This record gives sequence, structure tokens and C-alpha cells, in this order.
Amino acid sequence: MKLYQRPKSLKNVHTHFCPGCGHGIIHKLICEVVDELKIREKMIAIAPVGCGVFGYNYWDFDVSEAAHGRTPAVATGIKRVHPDKIVLSYQGDGDLAAIGTAEIIHAANRGENITVIFVNNAIYGMTGGQMAPTTLMGQKSTTTPFGREKNLGYPIKVCELLAQLEGTTYLERTSVNSPLNVMKTRKAIKKAFELQITNKGFSLIEVLSMCPTNWKKDAIESCNFVKEQMMKIFPLGVIKDTTKTK
Amino acid sequence: MTNKKVLKKGNHVIGAAAIEAGCEFYAGYPITPQNELTEYMAKHMVLNKRPFVQAESEVSAINMVFGASAAGARAMTSSSSPGISLKQEGISYIAGANLPCVIVNMVRGGPGLGNIAGAQSDYFQATRGGGHGDYRLIVLGPNSVQELYDYTMKSFDLADKYRIPVMILGDGYLGQMMESLTLHKYAKPKNLPKKTWALTGCKGRNPNVIKTLYLTPEDALEKHNLELNVKYEKIKKELQLFETINVQNAELVIVAYGTVSRVVKNVIESSDKKIGLFRPISLWPFPENALRNLKCKKFLVVEMSLGQMVEDVKLSLFGTDASVDLIARPGGMIPTEEEIHKKIKLMLK
Repeated sequence: MKLYQRPKSLKNVHTHFCPGCGHGIIHKLICEVVDELKIREKMIAIAPVGCGVFGYNYWDFDVSEAAHGRTPAVATGIKRVHPDKIVLSYQGDGDLAAIGTAEIIHAANRGENITVIFVNNAIYGMTGGQMAPTTLMGQKSTTTPFGREKNLGYPIKVCELLAQLEGTTYLERTSVNSPLNVMKTRKAIKKAFELQITNKGFSLIEVLSMCPTNWKKDAIESCNFVKEQMMKIFPLGVIKDTTKTK
Repeated sequence: MTNKKVLKKGNHVIGAAAIEAGCEFYAGYPITPQNELTEYMAKHMVLNKRPFVQAESEVSAINMVFGASAAGARAMTSSSSPGISLKQEGISYIAGANLPCVIVNMVRGGPGLGNIAGAQSDYFQATRGGGHGDYRLIVLGPNSVQELYDYTMKSFDLADKYRIPVMILGDGYLGQMMESLTLHKYAKPKNLPKKTWALTGCKGRNPNVIKTLYLTPEDALEKHNLELNVKYEKIKKELQLFETINVQNAELVIVAYGTVSRVVKNVIESSDKKIGLFRPISLWPFPENALRNLKCKKFLVVEMSLGQMVEDVKLSLFGTDASVDLIARPGGMIPTEEEIHKKIKLMLK
């Protein structure tokens, strides 16, 4: 019996992701769910500016790039034209919670029937480790060499922020720092896609992820950092679920 | 709809033409003096069961258009100068991704907030690309409510034919003006290319990708830039739109586009000299060959900006012995017939 195989929607290529990075796991989980729900031929994904930009090199379905932070706006245009297709907005923390704050808040507030996978690793990865809006207080980065201080703002809790908006349907924070959390993330992603398929509206899964290269930690230390530091500020769980009332 | 003569406002007419030409997506953001267009689309797109979105910003509106166009739709947005500045990011991406769309700029005075009077001060921004990177837009400069109707329809065809953003560069006066026009049905050209590149879900085909990132210089981005340039050169050859009046043996030819070209028409009619008008309609590509072929020795550029189009006139006439004079009124002022007559007198002394 075959216990494990590469999802059909995931191309058989090496990724550009660093060892210990969470993006590869999250990419795979998306593809597993796409296969399971048999929606590959209906998928239109939007890859962000940042480490996720090469999504089209790995996902075997239609993909568009977007300008930095504008992914939810591009997703809105696509979904309004093709309401019967499954639209995925894949974004990192700099993209979604800094330069794209307006776009994510208003896409959420309009209740766009899309799925957002928000990868939160508390740092700008592709540009080389600058402070992100989700960087923890005291956390060092190339633009917070002495640690993040108060006058640089506080880590933004995106799920809690969006939970205030009537337009949002489902918001959950998960992590890929342990096998158990990977399984929970898979379940959350599946739920989000199912909600879109049944026209339930806007869902966002925030995934706490590792960036060993820019955190300057090894893979195990990085997984522990997510558990011991990040989860204190970004608690895991379902932040909002209106599907029972909607 | 059959060749009916009606009295309508410029901004409304653009909306009517877009709907008639099968515009499948519109996103916009309020800004004066183009609000009537967004309002028209808010009503009529919905009545026609097509998507309309009032975006949270012009930045978002143009990126929605990016998405809609990537999805294969005929997509449109509109704004006025400060809002068009915000759209430049998205326009650069749309141009880089070879996506078609229509953008309307009802130009107002600048820089900054400027005012809300009509102006032509965004000529450089429109014809030089406006955003970052080596790219061009097709830019059309209509001068009547009738032309707003006709060229809005044509814009969708040009955008689809060349996979390029097309800008209608109007001015606030043109958008606000009420004028009679003849409505007519839209006939889609038969030879428009199929949008096989569009994102529609990969059923029965390999996945499509819409992108602007080409990381390596030598075999990727330069190649992409050169391919874009092949398209721009093709457009330059195929699309040079203009109108001429009385240019045969004219002592002096006035070059003007948009609203002010109508003032110039009055000047020509009332002048006792032999004055011609050369009116560029495509502002990019600028109709340089036709202008150069006029063989006139004296040109007067009249524009509602501080000497922007005059640069294209001089470039077109480069190497000839023609002289080029300029009347430039910025800030929402329209050059008057009197000041143009006065200038003609001086030039033909």
C-alpha cells in the first residue's frame, strides 16, 4: 500500500526555498487539498511579491503574479469575472500586513468569496531579513539591529484585526512547526477551500512559519521559536467562524 | 441604439460606449471631474449583470483591472490626474504582463491637488509610460463627446488586438461637456486574437501564467523588453491617428489636440490668413510622419499645459527648417481665440 506520494498538483521540481523554510510545506498542503477536492482545473492562484512569488514554478494550475500587497485586489478582479473558479491569494506578512493593508482589509470587508493563505514568519524573507509588521518586540532583523522597539510599532495580529469586519467568514491561525500542526493546517486549508466552493465568502488561514535563514537559527531552533515565542503573541486556533450562523 | 441623435454628457457617453463595446469589468474610485463615469458604471454594469467594484483606492482599482484582464475580461477603470498617478504602479504591471485594458484619464490641473478644471498637463505622464520600466501605452486624445463614444469603443479593440493598456486622455471640460452625438451599435472586429493566455482554470490545457518577473538580465528580461518593443514598433507603424484641416499650402499650421483644438478650429474659420490645423488623435504613437510630411515652415503648438506636446512636434520635425512656436496655458486655462489670433499675427509679420 502506498502511504505517501507527491500531490498531482505539485510539480516534480526542486524549490528555491531555503532548508527549514515553511513555504514548501504550505505549498504541498495546498496541492494536497486541491487534489482531494478535485479543483485543480478550477484553480486560479495569485502569487505575491516575496518568497512566494515563484508559486507558478511549483503549482500545476493557473497562476498570476501581483504587485506587492495588491494580491487581494487582483484576486477580486479574477473572482468577479470567474465566480465559478477557485481563487487563492497567497501572501506573506510584509505583503499582506504592511504594503497591502488596505487591499486585504477591503477585500475582507467586501466579503470576497476567496481564500487567503497568509504566511507569517515575522520577517521579510526575499529582501534579506528586514523587520515585518509581524516581527516580535525585541526581535532582531537587518532593520532592527537592536531589536524591535515600541516606536517601530507592535506585531499586527491580522486574524484578530479582520475578525472585526462583518465581511469575513472564517479566520484561523495555524502553524507548520510540528507534524501535528501541519495536519491541522491542512485541515484549515481544506475548510477554507470548501467554504469558497459553497460560496460562503471570505476566509483567511494565517500560518505561522519558519525562516531559519533570516532568523539565523537552525531548523529545529526555528520550529521552537515558533512555539515558544511566536505563539505567545499569535495564539493558534479558530479566530472567527460564522459558518454556523450564515 | 440605431444611429439615434442624443444630447449627453461626456463622462456618461464613455460609460455608454464601454457597456456597448462589451466591457466585462469596471473598478473605480471617486475623483472629480470624472465621477459621472463611475456613477454611470455603478448603475449600468449592474443593470447589465456585469461586475462593478468601487475600490478602496485607485491603486486597488487598477489592480482589480489587472486581475479581471488576466482572467480574460474586457476591463476598464477611470480617474483624473491625482488618481492616475496612483494607478501608475498597476499600469506598469499591466503593460509588463501584456494585458489589455482601458484607462480613462479626465485630466485636471496639477501638480498635487491642483484644481478640478480641465487641463492637458498629464501629456508627458501618459505618452512616456508614466510608471517604472520601459513601456508604452496607446494614448488617444478625443475632442468631442462623439469622439469619446467612438474612441472608447475602439480602445477596447486596440487593447485586445495588441494586448496593451489603452488610455483615453480627455480633459475635465470634455468629460463635463454636454453635446449632441449619434449613438451607434458596436461591431466587434472579426480578427481579434483569442485570449488563449487568460486565466480561466486549466481544464483541457496546460496551466497559464501571467507574470512580469524575469530575473536574469541576458536571456530573460532583456528578451522580454525587446519583445515588448517589437509590439510598440508595430503599433507605431499601424496606428497614427490624426485630423487635418486646411493644411494644403497653409502659411502656418497649428498643432492642437483635445478641447483646445476646437478653439483652434474657430480661429481658422475667422482668420483672414491661410491657417491649417493638425490635430493628433493618437498621442502615442504620435502621428509624426503625417506632421513631418506637411512641408509647412511655420508651426504653432497650442496646448493646455506648459509645453509638453510641443516636444513631440519638435521631435517629429527634427532636421527640417520649420520653426515651432508655442502657446501654453496651464492650470485649467483654455487659450482664447484672441490670444491665438494675436500670436498668428506676430508669426506672419
